[in-house]
Amino acid sequence: MNAKPVPSELLTPGADGRFGEFGGRFVPETLVPACEELERAFNEAWNDSIFRTELDDLLREYAGRPSILTECHNLGAQLGIRLILKREDLNHTGSHKINSVLGQALLAKRMGKKRIIAETGAGQHGVASATAAALLGLECKVYMGAVDVERQSLNVFRMKLLGATVEAANSGSRTLKDAVNEAMRDWVASVETSYYCIGSVMGPHPYPFMVRQFQSVIGKEARKQFREMCDGADPNVVVACVGGGSNAMGIFSGFVDAKTRLVGVEPAGGAAVGRGTPGVVHGMKSYLMQDEYGQVQEAHSISAGLDYPGVGPEHSYLASVGRAEYPSVNDQEVIEGFKLLARTEGIIPALECAHAVAWIAKEAPKIQGQTVLMNLSGRGDKDVAQMMTILSDELN
Amino acid sequence: MKIATHNPGALETRLRESRKLGRKILVPYITGGLAGWLDAIRGAAANGADAIEVGIPFSDPVMDGPIIQMASEKALRDGATPTSILHELRSVDVDVPLIVMCYYNTVFRAGHDRFANSLRESGVVAAIVPDLPLEESAQWAVAADKALIETVMLAAPTAPDERLPRVIDRARGFVYAVGLLGVTGERTELATTAVAMATRLKKITDMPVLVGVGVSNAEQAKQACSVADGVIQGASVVRRLLEDGADSVANYVAEVRAAIDSPVASKR
Repeated sequence: MNAKPVPSELLTPGADGRFGEFGGRFVPETLVPACEELERAFNEAWNDSIFRTELDDLLREYAGRPSILTECHNLGAQLGIRLILKREDLNHTGSHKINSVLGQALLAKRMGKKRIIAETGAGQHGVASATAAALLGLECKVYMGAVDVERQSLNVFRMKLLGATVEAANSGSRTLKDAVNEAMRDWVASVETSYYCIGSVMGPHPYPFMVRQFQSVIGKEARKQFREMCDGADPNVVVACVGGGSNAMGIFSGFVDAKTRLVGVEPAGGAAVGRGTPGVVHGMKSYLMQDEYGQVQEAHSISAGLDYPGVGPEHSYLASVGRAEYPSVNDQEVIEGFKLLARTEGIIPALECAHAVAWIAKEAPKIQGQTVLMNLSGRGDKDVAQMMTILSDELN
Repeated sequence: MKIATHNPGALETRLRESRKLGRKILVPYITGGLAGWLDAIRGAAANGADAIEVGIPFSDPVMDGPIIQMASEKALRDGATPTSILHELRSVDVDVPLIVMCYYNTVFRAGHDRFANSLRESGVVAAIVPDLPLEESAQWAVAADKALIETVMLAAPTAPDERLPRVIDRARGFVYAVGLLGVTGERTELATTAVAMATRLKKITDMPVLVGVGVSNAEQAKQACSVADGVIQGASVVRRLLEDGADSVANYVAEVRAAIDSPVASKR
């Protein structure tokens, strides 16, 4: 496939908060002024060199940026490609989530908010939010689906250790989608004092745009680092997993104007772009897994972080104009991908990122000799307990 | 005070007439598809409701608290769909206007014109779409106006003064004053924001102003009506339907009716 570059100016939404037909601000009236206030505050902060310096300092001295590139010599040779990882797993708290959370928490303080609310799936965004709150002296409440509280108990404990309150969401499918609902209900009631720290490129405008901007540091660094490593060339393919899609948008943003193929890998049981239709939930118009009446369907994925029936609106836009593609892999392929990276490279990926590994392994015969840059957005420590159960027969 | 310039539809005409007669307006909310919901509508209509709001259950009701969430999940589990609810509504022969409350994805998925027409065909005269704020409402408003469906707009305590007239301009039927910062559900006391919100709105519009969200019993309804033209009662009605069935809804509506009809004892 010949990727069509999109001029970068296309990717700043206008006053209506749209990426093409997607995005917008579908929120209860109570929240409209808060979204408007946030939009103003973010634009002001983003253009303020003092804010940017403060954020850059935190990203460098606290989160550990820039994250490195690692070439996978063993797996690359095995697959017949040149495979390079962007190591977001090495950030403080173990994933890319810290990039956006530090930005949003600084912004919350700047706006005079004393408390932040967050939703979390696998717990990575919850841990990152609790971490930033501890660092910056903010109160923090994290909503997490009851199912996820169970399967990610380590992260629940981590959040509590960091001083956050964790509340299990017991409505609906009791996963990420319901955690978002509970966080929004909290926000409707506490909007004057609380800042809603959304974990992905989703929600009402300006969140998808703002979180993308905070995550764009991944793509900016990666483009430069890749060129240094590969004689000035850009990668043939950039791959990332997609749930809401913030790590993918972060790395895509650095290559959207290059002749690079952009691939967002969805879980087969939560393929919003691949199998969904346009819909409106959680404040945005985007692809959504839903029935004929618009009831949102429950996602099913081995990884809690991708267990979401929607996707960020900018991904829907990139898919609709053919700039990015969104294949899916099933849970079994993910388990194989998880083991593959561990055994060949000594790197245990988060189950979310194992989706990207799985797609690369499957696609390898078709992309022989090409350069592939994969965003390794999180480390797999949090998934080890779950995988111990799944792989118990095999590894005992 | 701004005088509305649009032609009032069936709902607004009815509410204005009631107001002219000095009658406070009572709008109970009932989750469509919940066991006994049709009888609850009939009971409410016969016991003093001026209009009835029927909720179409949605999988992700972000403006609703635990009671209405539970009712929505239950109705969905029992197989309720927008189509089945609107179909069954046709069989309800009551003498009060019917309003539908639904989340925007229900409208968007069906298509704006198709949904507006299906409301009309079921005898519904108005719609409340709580996650469709002014800025996103244009497409729906055009379709609704064309089908003679009055779109009720919500006015929230967080709105700055300059925003309220724009919301009111687009409102049809009545203006829904959001009584507090929060989702639907019963509270032990009426929030001070309820009367404050009604006061702000009454100062600038001649449209009927009804307070909803957090008006939890007869006493609170009476308090809200000291300024507002009426109230919407949701969770307190739905809880009774869930726990004790349709008859208890009829009794409760009669109780609230009596309270808001009784003369105000003293001005606070």
